[in-house]
Order: sequence, then structure tokens, then C-alpha cells
Amino acid sequence: MYAFEYHHPTSVEQAADLATRSEDAKFLAGGHTLLPTMKLRLAAPANLIDLGQIAELRGIQRSGDAITIGAMMKHAEVASSADVRAAIPALAELAELIGDPHVRNRGTIGGSIANNDPSADYPAACLALNATIVTDKRKITADDFFQGIFTTALDEGEIITRISFPVPAQAAYAKFRNPASRYALVGVFVARHADGVRVAVTGAGSNGVFRLPEMEEALSRNFAAEALDGIAVPEDEMNSDIHADAAYRAHLVGVMARRAVQAAAARS
Amino acid sequence: MTATGIGAPVRRKEDQRFVTGQGRYVDDFNRPGQAYAYFLRSPYAHARIRSIDTGPATIMPGVVAVFTGDDLAADKIGGLICGWMIHSKDGSPMKAGPHPALAQGKVRYVGDHVAVVIAETLAQAKDAAEAIVVDYEVLPAVVDTAEAAKAPVQVHDVSPDNTVFNWHLGNKDETEAAFARAKHVTKIDLVNNRLVPNPIEPRAAVGEYDPGTDNYTLYTTSQNPHVARLVLSAFIGVAPEHKLRVIAPDVGGGFGSKIFIYAEETVCVWAAKKVKRPVKWTSDRTEAFLSDAHGRDHVTHAEMATDENGKILGLRVHTTANLGAYLSTFSSSVPTYLYAPLLSGQYDIPAIYCEVDAVYTNTAPVDAYRGAGRPEATYVVERLVEKTARELGQDPAEFRRKNYITQFPHATPVIMTYDTGDYAASLDKALEIADYKNFQQRKQESARRGKLRGIGFSSYIEACGIAPSQAVGSLGAGVGLWESAEVRVNPTGSVEVLTGSHSHGQGHETTFAQLVSDRLGIPIDQVSIVHGDTDKVQFGMGTYGSRSGAVGMSAIAKALDKVIAKGRKVAAHVLEASEGDIEFKDGKFGVAGTDRALGFGEVALQAYIAHKFSGQDLEPGLKEGAFYDPTNFTFPAGVHICELEIDPDTGVTKIERWTAVDDFGVIINPMIVEGQVHGGIAQGVGQALLEGAVYDQSGQLVTASFNDYCMPRAIDLPSFQVGMTVTPCPSNPLGIKGCGEAGAIAAPPAVINAITDALGHEDIAMPATPQAVWRAAQKARMPVAAE
Repeated sequence: MYAFEYHHPTSVEQAADLATRSEDAKFLAGGHTLLPTMKLRLAAPANLIDLGQIAELRGIQRSGDAITIGAMMKHAEVASSADVRAAIPALAELAELIGDPHVRNRGTIGGSIANNDPSADYPAACLALNATIVTDKRKITADDFFQGIFTTALDEGEIITRISFPVPAQAAYAKFRNPASRYALVGVFVARHADGVRVAVTGAGSNGVFRLPEMEEALSRNFAAEALDGIAVPEDEMNSDIHADAAYRAHLVGVMARRAVQAAAARS
Repeated sequence: MTATGIGAPVRRKEDQRFVTGQGRYVDDFNRPGQAYAYFLRSPYAHARIRSIDTGPATIMPGVVAVFTGDDLAADKIGGLICGWMIHSKDGSPMKAGPHPALAQGKVRYVGDHVAVVIAETLAQAKDAAEAIVVDYEVLPAVVDTAEAAKAPVQVHDVSPDNTVFNWHLGNKDETEAAFARAKHVTKIDLVNNRLVPNPIEPRAAVGEYDPGTDNYTLYTTSQNPHVARLVLSAFIGVAPEHKLRVIAPDVGGGFGSKIFIYAEETVCVWAAKKVKRPVKWTSDRTEAFLSDAHGRDHVTHAEMATDENGKILGLRVHTTANLGAYLSTFSSSVPTYLYAPLLSGQYDIPAIYCEVDAVYTNTAPVDAYRGAGRPEATYVVERLVEKTARELGQDPAEFRRKNYITQFPHATPVIMTYDTGDYAASLDKALEIADYKNFQQRKQESARRGKLRGIGFSSYIEACGIAPSQAVGSLGAGVGLWESAEVRVNPTGSVEVLTGSHSHGQGHETTFAQLVSDRLGIPIDQVSIVHGDTDKVQFGMGTYGSRSGAVGMSAIAKALDKVIAKGRKVAAHVLEASEGDIEFKDGKFGVAGTDRALGFGEVALQAYIAHKFSGQDLEPGLKEGAFYDPTNFTFPAGVHICELEIDPDTGVTKIERWTAVDDFGVIINPMIVEGQVHGGIAQGVGQALLEGAVYDQSGQLVTASFNDYCMPRAIDLPSFQVGMTVTPCPSNPLGIKGCGEAGAIAAPPAVINAITDALGHEDIAMPATPQAVWRAAQKARMPVAAE
């Protein structure tokens, strides 16, 4: 790790101001990608702005038909939130499947989404649940937010403050974990909303999280695993590595989608 | 059995300090004035070094010194050695390429040592290392084991075809004759996957030099500090043996990887004198992945011949073993004398012939890793036996039983003489615990849920406590393989045992104390076990190959016998009886046929105050030492049964049941033994399902972190059903066989035999990852063309 200047603002405004004034600054949330990268000397920000002491980035609220989660809420907090469990149990379960207890007590939802790792779990939930990502400047729909691996709609210095998830009628997340890293080798989030079904896939795509319109249409007509019969997942946009090649990932997308639909349909 | 004697499940004495964070590991030692070493490592698998410019680094903040291979050469520091000479079939000695501690002219694997920076802080050393300018001429690399001998790349000048040796063992003519008259021949091709050891504590070293006394001290993560001192002094030449103290304090696991003498500790000792300051190096996890000696990496073709009754007639094996870029300390012995002599397994096989070609590649050196050669042999034998039974349409358990060795001693065609065992007893017990008779019901139940259930056997044997020294010397070992012990009885009757064995997870502080408690009749807390310091323990060969019980404890037992004999003399004087009338029982020296007796502590005190005997009759004091050289290897054996279920939709394999019935001879502490079995199985399951070091074609280690190299976790394992059978080992005074490696040896073929049973075909390699199993399950589903 190279030397850097450490800042710990207590408000979003201060944090944004620091980012504007500081050269080569990075926001630090849970640090699960940034800190290892810095330790390996692959990243060397001159200024590190820790968002951990900003009260307004915390908290979980249920309001009407949505759950809103502060960007600095940790995975363990989302997993154990009674409000999340009651309203969108699939989201709590997803949080519980991230990493291990150490990771879940340090990593944050905002950090995960801002980083948009192609194997992260939260982007699938955001996309399938049609979430709105709220920043210090604007509101961005999930469909607009995720723009390819490690790429989002966030501008330089823009800070995610909270994420708002509409409560679906039924939803479930089926994850096939990378045996080594526990990241999603393939994760499929299925959500049935009043206006149709959304299916989002993480881990598998060579360009990050994506939706499967063909499955969504089939499931909107008939929300049952059988509705997916005959729908092939194209291999050519799948990621390929030593753990899983494109054909295996494409196959797993189908298997996980079925399992997610079964689990979601079983929910009243 | 007493509460703390042999056979008692005593809780580990050392765990209090380990679990409360009071252990002291090498990295916990910080010496006054200490500087930090950082090694600049090669980013290329194979490159010629045109030049190294350290100038820009030397002027960086905090830099104390920068050294390269030229500096070592100028001080006449020798290269790292391989301590076991193997001769090829044609009688020629193995081709050992030079192995400098810092590269000279060439780098041969990613992670190879190019230069060392010594600085005030580690961060400064790293900063400075980035300023070193190395002009590399990148060369093509060879990484593939099977292709190495044919590759148009030459790792070492001494070996034009990248071959270290072409070695063989067994009787070729008899084996060919056995195959000629065979009714059936079973063939198999196997890869024994390369593993990264990954002890929880990475390697570390602190070198220190005292100019006043000309004494050197090395704190290092070693399984065998005396061997390290011998190699560093006699062969590498960094310090004279009597001037070098090597301390291996608490060590957090080794699995073999800390047997070897590496570049880093060599440089730390040497540099401490150069810069006149203590020099510390602690490996980070990436360095551990890149530069700890890896394990396994065999490619094998094997064939088994059977007669019309299903009796095994012969076995022939050809193995190519990848030894990496350099010969590590004991690397040459692993695919030879620790491998081929185990190819008879538990079976009466009249003819065996094995050829081994060892090759260089541009990968990390490969050496002993838990089991060392024996897991590789067991994988060959047990996969082949299972496949043969299937091809002959015989029950795999009964096919094994029919071929078991039942008469002992039994001389195999591959130089071993098994001393004792009862293989059928372990099989019977394992079949019962595993509820084998109801397996088909469970398989059908799984099938109803769309799952594939399989069962796999591993009827393994291993050879532990490698010995005797005369024999291993005749096979090429550069050292003897005995052990030493010294028992110091204090005037208060407490006891210190100095042992050449080293504990890095095995629990010696408990089990060795149990032996003393048992023999001397004193409480276990009156016993201290001292190890890991060449200034305290006179000499020792260290811990590996499951030898600490069979060899190390036998040396202690021998010294204890001497202590008791001396105590008898002391007691005779005090009790005014003849020495022949003194009996030692239950911790008391008594006069036979009387109630006159002295406790052990009283005799110890009398030995030291020496008031009751003259110095002409008896030396004062109570301290005895012993060197123990066994008469044979020991042969632990057992049967493991793995039952698992495959989800054909995802390829996920879930181990449902694991039965382990082992014969370790006499057991000192059943709780610790069971723990060793659990850990060994976990490592073996890791090899079979999860772990595998992958290099890409350019020689970059793709699996260089836990993100890509999958270690077994608790969730990957079932609750183990462990049973024991006991045939005491006749070749050591305690009847101990050893247990440290059994699980890692037994487990891989049990898993793969179960997977192939579930799939209905043999086409799966280790690690059987979900992707590999899914593919294999696809193949199993394909309709078979009518013949």
C-alpha cells in the first residue's frame, strides 16, 4: 500500500466537497475491493474519503410500497432487518449469501452497487426489483445505472445515498457460488411485480449484470418454472474463466432461474 | 490407563496459548534495530536477466542495502540443495541445475528471487524494490508436466530435455510375464493435481548477527530447525554450524512446506551480518502461493493384470513427475522412494514395475506435501483396483478382500516389508459403520429426487517414520532418519524433555508429556516439552512423514528407560538395598517384597543432593539422552468409504457420509489422533473436489489467491464417522505407527471412486469441480450406442 491522505467526513455535503477539492480521491465504503487492490499496490489514490461516519447514509425505512436502504448499511444489517425480511425476504436472503460473516459485517450495499463488480449480488437485486438508486445529485433507475462491468451512471464525485426497492408480489434469488471466492458464479434474481416479471442475472455475463427479456415475457404469462422450458440462454455473452466456461454458465443461468422461480412462487 | 497416560484423550496443553492469542510465531519476534527485507521477484516464468540496476533503489528513503545474486556469489554463498540423490536407470546421477538464493543470469518461475531490498520499514523496502531496473529478455516457458520432456524450452543447461532423472523400481521382466498370462488388463490414465500447501501461518525469517561473539541466530518457520542449520552451514555456507542458532518457535502449520530450506532465510542470515542489523522477512499470502514448494503434480498411466479368479497378478506404472523450476530440498525422494514402494497397497501383488520420469518446468518447485508420494501411489492403486473390480463385475469391497495381504511379514516386489496389519478387520468395521448393505436403497432414494448417489472405497496403506538410516542412506538420502531425545529430571522431580521432533500443530506438548507421565508416574503438568531451538536440543531430524510418534517418542521412551535405570541405582543407595531388588512401579522405586519405597521426586532429589552415595559409585544428577533409529518403516493402513450425492443439474457434489477406519497401532491420545484424521480427510477432499494450482501457458499462476484457489471449508465436509482397529507396530518400542497423513492419503481415491460410481463412467479428473462433474454427468446421460 502506498501512502495516502485519510478523510472521515460526517456529512454527505462534506464528503462531496472533499471529493471536489482533493486530487485523485476515492470514496471508501466497506473497502472490500478498494483496500485489497491498494494493498497489492494496484490502486494508489492520493486521498481516501471514508464514508463510514456519515449518519445520513445509514438506516432502513419501510414506506408504503418500498424499502429504502441507506448506502452505508452493511450486508449483515440488511440480512437481519425485520423490515426487509417482512417486505422483501429475497433481498435479506441475498445479503446473507454474500461472502462470509467478516465480509457481511464490513461490506455495504452502496459500495457493492457503486463498484458494480460483475460477480456481485446486489446489482441483480436492483435490476430485478426495479430499484431506484438515489445519489446526492439525482435519482437513477437501476436499468440506467448499471452500464457494464465496474461501470455505472455515477459521475465523478457523485455519492450514492440510498437505494429504494419497490416491494414485489413475489421474489427470490438463486445463487451458484464460486466455490473459492463465494462470489456469484451465476446469480439469478426473479421478481414478480404488478406490471410484470423481471429477471436479472449476475456473475454470468461478460458485460456485468443483465436482464433476460425472453424469460421475463414467459414468466409474465405464466409464473412457473415450466414456463422457462425451451428458453436457451445464449453462450456468446457469457463470461469464461477457470471455474466456469461460457457453456456451463449459460446452463447454470437456466437452472438458477428455474430454482428462483420455484422459490418465489412458493412465497405467498 | 491413567488419566494422563498413554491412550487417554487428554486436552491439548498448548491450546490455551494458541486460542487466546498467546502463541509466539516468528513474526512476533522483533529484534532491536531490526530492518525489513523485501524480495523483488520475477514477473516472468522464464527470462534471461540482461542487467539489474539497483542504483535508483539504493537512494530511496530508508534503504539500508540492496543485494543481488552477484553479492551472494562474491561472498561465496552456495546455492540451495537437494538432499536426496536419485540415479537414473542407466546409473547416471540426477541432473541438478544450479539453485542460487538470488537469481544469477536467469529466472525460472514467476516468484523466483531477483534481488532483496533491506530497509527501515517494509513499505520503504517495497517502494525501493519498484525502483530496481531489471532488463529481462523474456523466454518461452514450459509449464505442462506431460509435455516438458518434449518442449522446445530448456529450463536448465544441465538437462537438455528438461529431465531430472528416468528412474525405475520393481521387476520389469516378471511384470511383463504377469501381464502376458493375465486374463484381464485394466488401464487407467490419471493426473494427480498440483496443490499449494497454504499453512495458516506463512513462512517467515529473522536473521541476526552478533559481531562480539560472531554468533548468528535465525528465527524461522521450520519443521526441522537442526536440518536447516546443517544445510545453511555445511552446504550453503552462510555461517559455521557451531556459530548458528536456529529457532523454530510456535509454527502455524507446515504440511511439509516448512521442511525445506528456502532462499529467504538464507538471505536473512547472510544479510544480517552484511548490514550489521537483524533482518526480518515475513511472506505475504501472494508470496506463499508463488514460492512455497507445491505438492503432487503427477501424470500417470497404469495397468493392472488379473487372472481368471480376479486375483491381481501384476501392476505396471509410468509416471511423469513435475519438480518445478529447481530441485527443492527433498523433492527428488517424493516421486521415487516415497511413491513407488507404496504401489503394492494392501494387496498381494506378485509383480510390480514402476518408471518415473521427473521433469523441470517453469513453475514453483514441487516437494513433499502431506503424504508426499504416498497419496499419489494410493490414488493410482485405489483407482485402478476400483476400476478393475467394476470391469470384472465384482463388488469393490470383496475384490479388495480377495487380494489383501494376510500373512506378515510380507515382502512386496517394491522393496517394502510390511510388518503387521489386519486389513480385513478394518474393511469389516468400515462396511458396518458405513451401512454398506443398505447403500442401494439410499441410491434409489436419491434417484427418486433426481440425484446421483455413489460410494467409493479407499483401502490405503502408507509408510511412515521413514527409516532405518542405513536403508535410506543406501537409497540416496543425504541424512540419517533417526531421532534424539534428552530427559532432564529436575531436583524437584519435574521433567523437561528435549526432543528433535518439532510441533507445528501436532500436539507434541501433550502427547509427549503423556508418555512421560505414563512411564514415570508423574502428573502431566510436571512435564515440559522443549523443542525447536538448536541451542537447547542437541540435534534432531524434525517432523514430517508422520514420524514424531514412531521415531521421536521412541527416542524419548529409550531415554526414559535410562532415567529409570539410573533412578533404580539411586534408590538402591538410599534404601540400602541391592539394585536388583529395586522395582519401579506406579511412580515409585520400591524394594521388592517390602513396603519400603521412594517416590520418583524423592529419588530425583537424592540424585542431585548426592548425600547417600559417593561419586566413585555413582554420578550425581538425573539426565539421560538417547538416539533412536527404527528397524523399519511403520505401515499404518485402513479403509475409508465416501458416500456422496451429485446434483446432475449443477454438478455440485455433496459428501453425505464419510467412514474412516484406521489402524495406527498403539494410540497415545485418541482425541488428537481423531483430529489428525479429520484434518487429513479435509485436505484429501480438498484435493479431490476443490484445490488445484493452475498455471497458464506463459507460466503465470492463475490460482494465486484464495479468490481462485479453493480451500476446503467446514461446509464442504460431512461429520466423519471414525473407527479404529489396532495391530501394534512391532518395529518400535511403543507400537506406534503414525497418523498425521492418513486422511490426506486415503481421501482422494475414495472421493473419485464414489463420483465415478455415481456417474457410471470413469472420465473425471481431480479436482472434480462442479463444472467438471456437470460435464461428466452430461456424458453419463448420453445414450450409449448399441455395439
